Amino acid sequence: MIVEIGHYALTLALALALIQAIVPLWGARLRDESLGAVATPAALGQFAAVAASFAALVYAHLDSDFSVANVAENSHSAMPTIYKISGVWGNHEGSMLLWVLILAAFGALVAAFGRGLPAMLRANVLAVQGLISIAFLLFILMTSNPFARLDPAPFEGHDLNPVLQDLGLAIHPPMLYLGYVGFSIVFSFAAAALIEGRIDAAWARFVRPFALVAWCFLTLGIAMGSYWAYYTLGWGGFWFWDPVENASLMPWLAGTAFVHSVAVMEKRDALKVWTIFLAILAFSFSLLGTFLVRSGVLTSVHAFASDPQRGVFILLILALFIGGSLILFALRAPLLRQGGLFAPISREGALVLNNLFLTTTCAGVFLGTLYPLALEQFTGEKITVGAPFFNLTCGVLLLILCFLVPIGQSLAWKRGDLHGVAQRLTLAALIGLASAVALAAITEGGPVLAPIAAGLALYIVIGSLSELAARIWRPGLSAGVLVARARALPLSAWGGALAHIGVGVTLLGLAASAFGSEVIATTRMGEARHVGPYEVTMDSVTSRAGPNYQDLVAKATIRSDGIVVASIEPAKRSFTTRQMTTSQAGIATLWFGQIYAAIGDQGPDGSIAVRLYWKPLVTLIWLGACIMALGGGLCLADRRLRFGAPAPARARPPIGAPATS
Amino acid sequence: MRILRLATILACLIGASPAQAVQPNEMLADTGLEARARDLSAELRCMVCQNQSIDDSDATLARDIRVLIRQRIVKGESNTQIRDFLVSRYGDFILLKPPFKPETLLLWFGAPLVLALGALWIVLGRSRRPTAAPALSAEEEARLAAIQRGE
Repeated sequence: MIVEIGHYALTLALALALIQAIVPLWGARLRDESLGAVATPAALGQFAAVAASFAALVYAHLDSDFSVANVAENSHSAMPTIYKISGVWGNHEGSMLLWVLILAAFGALVAAFGRGLPAMLRANVLAVQGLISIAFLLFILMTSNPFARLDPAPFEGHDLNPVLQDLGLAIHPPMLYLGYVGFSIVFSFAAAALIEGRIDAAWARFVRPFALVAWCFLTLGIAMGSYWAYYTLGWGGFWFWDPVENASLMPWLAGTAFVHSVAVMEKRDALKVWTIFLAILAFSFSLLGTFLVRSGVLTSVHAFASDPQRGVFILLILALFIGGSLILFALRAPLLRQGGLFAPISREGALVLNNLFLTTTCAGVFLGTLYPLALEQFTGEKITVGAPFFNLTCGVLLLILCFLVPIGQSLAWKRGDLHGVAQRLTLAALIGLASAVALAAITEGGPVLAPIAAGLALYIVIGSLSELAARIWRPGLSAGVLVARARALPLSAWGGALAHIGVGVTLLGLAASAFGSEVIATTRMGEARHVGPYEVTMDSVTSRAGPNYQDLVAKATIRSDGIVVASIEPAKRSFTTRQMTTSQAGIATLWFGQIYAAIGDQGPDGSIAVRLYWKPLVTLIWLGACIMALGGGLCLADRRLRFGAPAPARARPPIGAPATS
Repeated sequence: MRILRLATILACLIGASPAQAVQPNEMLADTGLEARARDLSAELRCMVCQNQSIDDSDATLARDIRVLIRQRIVKGESNTQIRDFLVSRYGDFILLKPPFKPETLLLWFGAPLVLALGALWIVLGRSRRPTAAPALSAEEEARLAAIQRGE
């Protein structure tokens, strides 16, 4: 019964989404604000209905109700509760429902806290958000119903895909979707601005918190996914440039460009048309990613939903929204007045350059991802575009951008002083250069790019810190005054610097990966293997039973100069229901580096094939991403960006007047 | 979305006995030759996986190619010879780095082209844009005068 209620709630949500979209748009035509106001309760109602529907599916999974096809195919009664819950979105139908839930949640957020928004803008934003909801609710109801029943119901489920039985599944997709789908609201704001034909700094101030939330979650989601792959796949790779990953990277690149350009728009009322374009681009890439992943066009061995009917449906949605918004853009963008003039050497100019590099990188990823598909369509020829290509094109572009980061951050608005910036960054540049040269000298004949990247990383970190210091420190001030000056600095300045430090930290982790070492060897018990600065001894190999799997566990001890520093238990996990084996890597974090061990087959003499890696500073890769997200969060906490803050609601200047902070 | 990737890798496992990425028993005793084999493997695609190199892949086909590479290295073939042999057998599809040829020119030069066009657009846009706020039109002047007169 609860399952049917869930299905019904989803249909109800569609009806509410129709109201949410059509009535306000009609109202906007008639210039009738009371019709526009209908969007608010409709958006809240739509969210409640989708939430109820999602809760029903969670309930069915928790209850192991195998009469529901989705539960029978993706769950098992013996699975731990946490995987029963995360299994809800570990499949096409359920993850689509999560997608729509988050879509509705962002709409509800605007409806609930958007009292400060001009009525017409809010109505139009919610209407566009409603249009997106309609498309995806129709998609779920028509092609991917998660509530379909089975008759007769099986006694036991097929179990969740073993690789997905991991904490990663509980965290990674919700975060990633919060990011992906979060850009929908940015898109809706852009579309609403185009419909109204009016955009100003206030618009930028309203949209920025949403863009930052989406960006933070996308950053964390990508990093989490990368770490998940790292510890699951058994050889320590963390980024593969494969189409599915690229699908998440493209909205991130466009979104990163957006949060920078929207800052220009908010402060200086410039780059309006471009910012709108980026908003459309970011969400278009989110949609493209959804299409690539779920349509089956990418690869024939895809385990996730390769139903051509679904592919055509999403392609239609894609064409409708991207095409529609671009037509709207072409019609209305020329009407948007350009504001805020600036000199080429200025913060604005630097951000234009930042946008140029980020969008170019995005275009490179896009080409590399879709070129093989297009080429095969037109000529029948099959090629592969893999990591070496992306490292060469996009990697180089991003390195150049990294060089520009501290410079842009140090430039003043309107008209900057390049000479002064160079003086301020001298220390950072010198330290970076010196470390690069030293590293290259120590590892002579080693990798070339890695020392450069490491030097660049230090330069970014120190450059960002010295930029903060330059804004706080003045000669002759007491400690108390300095603290007061630091506190007076807007949080967004701290956040921006922190996010850039995060970039440097990640880059340092990536550079360090070139200096790791590996040992792949058949090892007897008690035999020690040297890897990096440590030695690893295999102690024993035993069997261990889990709730729905069997583990072959190796115990190993890590020593440094004979002293035990850690022990690890790499394992091979065999799942009985699906007859599959996964690798459970044994990982010990030593400072910021990691010893990574994975086991292979056992020999007849009791020896075991072992892959051992020393990965220096590897944790910095993900730590850096967390710092970036934290920086984004700090920007979000900045007073002037607090969304729906009560104070300005009363004394709001008329729309179109310059924003005050 | 990572789920899907992982699922794909799993797909590589289905039907195969769980072989793994490079195993000790496949490796050559000569470290120099083995290093060559590893470098070559990192450039070659596992044909049944998604963008994974054969060095990292768990699939049996990847294992077969790894073994084949090592046999040919031991026979004294150069990296280019081995690569050419594999391309003649499997096509360009096996190379993770697509070759330069007319069909891939747009792929290779696409991003630099976007960069160049973008830079050009910015420069042209700047030179077209006035550096100071535009002067008031005659009509605006008249309105301003009217306002100043207090009408």
